[in-house]
Amino acid sequence: METTALEHRFNQKIEREEKIEPKDWMPEDYRKNNIRQISQHAHSEIVGMLPEANWITRAPSLRRKVALLAKVQDEAGHGLYLYSAAETLGTDREEMIDDLHSGKAKYSSIFNYPTTTWADIGAIGWLVDGAAITNQVALCRTSYGPYARAMVKICKEESFHQRQGYEIMCAMAFGTPEQKAMAQDALNRWWWPSLMMFGPTDGDSVHSQKSMDWKIKRYSNDELRQEFVDKTVAQAEYLGLTIPDPDLTYNDETGHYSFGEIDWKEFYQVISGNGPCNKERIEARRKAHEDGAWVREAANAFAQKRANQQVA
Amino acid sequence: MEQEKQKAALNLSLVMGDNALILGHRLSEWCGHGPILEQDIALSNIALDLIGQARLWLSHAGKLQGGKSEDDLAYHRDVFDFHNFQMVETPNGHWGKTLLRQFLYDAWHHAMLQKLVLAQDEDIAGIARKSLKEVNYHLRWSSEWVIRLGDGTEESAAKMQDAYADVWPYVGELLQKDFWLKELDQWIPGFTADEILAQWWKTVREVFSQANLPAEPMDWLYRKGHLGHHTEHLGFILAEMQFLPRAYPDATW
Ligand SMILES: [Fe+2]
Ligand SMILES: [Fe+2]
Repeated sequence: METTALEHRFNQKIEREEKIEPKDWMPEDYRKNNIRQISQHAHSEIVGMLPEANWITRAPSLRRKVALLAKVQDEAGHGLYLYSAAETLGTDREEMIDDLHSGKAKYSSIFNYPTTTWADIGAIGWLVDGAAITNQVALCRTSYGPYARAMVKICKEESFHQRQGYEIMCAMAFGTPEQKAMAQDALNRWWWPSLMMFGPTDGDSVHSQKSMDWKIKRYSNDELRQEFVDKTVAQAEYLGLTIPDPDLTYNDETGHYSFGEIDWKEFYQVISGNGPCNKERIEARRKAHEDGAWVREAANAFAQKRANQQVA
Repeated sequence: MEQEKQKAALNLSLVMGDNALILGHRLSEWCGHGPILEQDIALSNIALDLIGQARLWLSHAGKLQGGKSEDDLAYHRDVFDFHNFQMVETPNGHWGKTLLRQFLYDAWHHAMLQKLVLAQDEDIAGIARKSLKEVNYHLRWSSEWVIRLGDGTEESAAKMQDAYADVWPYVGELLQKDFWLKELDQWIPGFTADEILAQWWKTVREVFSQANLPAEPMDWLYRKGHLGHHTEHLGFILAEMQFLPRAYPDATW
């Protein structure tokens, strides 16, 4: 079959909402686009472990400690599913990890912010996992089969994380005055970066249009951001906390909240490597990988030895 | 007699609970920094199991102390009140050291639990039963890793020798039977320190022979972690672990 015929068939599949599977023909750009997005997503899960793992040893009760450890472990699991999904497109994990360490591959900018108090663990669960769910629920219907299926699994766990985070916020917002102040401080610091998680506004988004045509992306960045703001404002009100945006108002006509201008300068600084923790995050991942090289080599050598013994 | 028994049960719960808590704490330090994603997950799993077990043991100990909670015990005791072995508070070092320490503890933990499930005290037997299921897996996993690294590359074998030099001097405390193990054999039927220790040696010899490590007794220092005499490391673990409840005594989280 000629490329045009193949392409026609591919487009029809997309049209009919059929999933594209690893063995199916696909345009090279579609493949690349998916590899970029899925690996970026996988890296976000893995780098995202770091700011939260920062508080495991300091969790304020054993119940919270277990829940946080389990949460961070879930994120590692998400990373694994996603690396596997990306591998079905003909890349491999080692290669993707190298791209992360060299700075060639990106990850979500949110994880370049520091977790300085325990309330940050609540705020991350509530806002960051909350924003992630908004994105990911939409991705459950993405056109590439393995990615869509990974998302279905992941979404279930993310909504659990979100509830857990909100529960931490509740305990603090309804706790002592110091705890409430800590919760407010965390909201102040995490609110805007959470809105930035949805990416640039639609007009400035480099990858968006093609991704929309191929149904990799189903909703635009701005649509998803709006959905997140709409559902989160009431949650903040219930906590008695103030969202740090003087321009936030409910618009009766549209039925949506309108909100202030995001500091795009900060956003671009953070994604270009100049955020508060970019260096530490990548350095920590690189160190884990390099320090672990001898372990991986030993495991391979041992497996090889055993395989040889079996042959002999 | 009843009082003696209660005291032994409390002591046992603190030894088991504190070991699980402090070792779980050490393992949780690896979370996000493991050498392979799959193994990062596996080690976090073991940390989760251990902290879960610590909650059961410490809740039980709290009950025996007249209604203290697991968190009272975890967050509001100082170093001299902790009953864990010194070995579990030692720093993680590299992956091989963490795994060797884990294996040596797992071998002891497993042998202990196999006996504790027979305890007439239903609380203790119940915690032991639940823990044993998990520790079966811990022991299998850490045994495999010790063998894999001991018999992997030249570099990994050398690292395991270093790990051995670090950890082995601490295992003596697991094998001291003069104090608390002796008390236990008075009220747990079929519990003999000798049997537990024989089981430990058997496990260790089997694994070490495949990992090219020597399993020889040494002239061990009498260590007293289980009596509340610790290394300098434990204070830092507690400073980190207990910071929030101590800084905000009126708060619940
Ligand atoms: Fe996740
Ligand atoms: Fe999550």
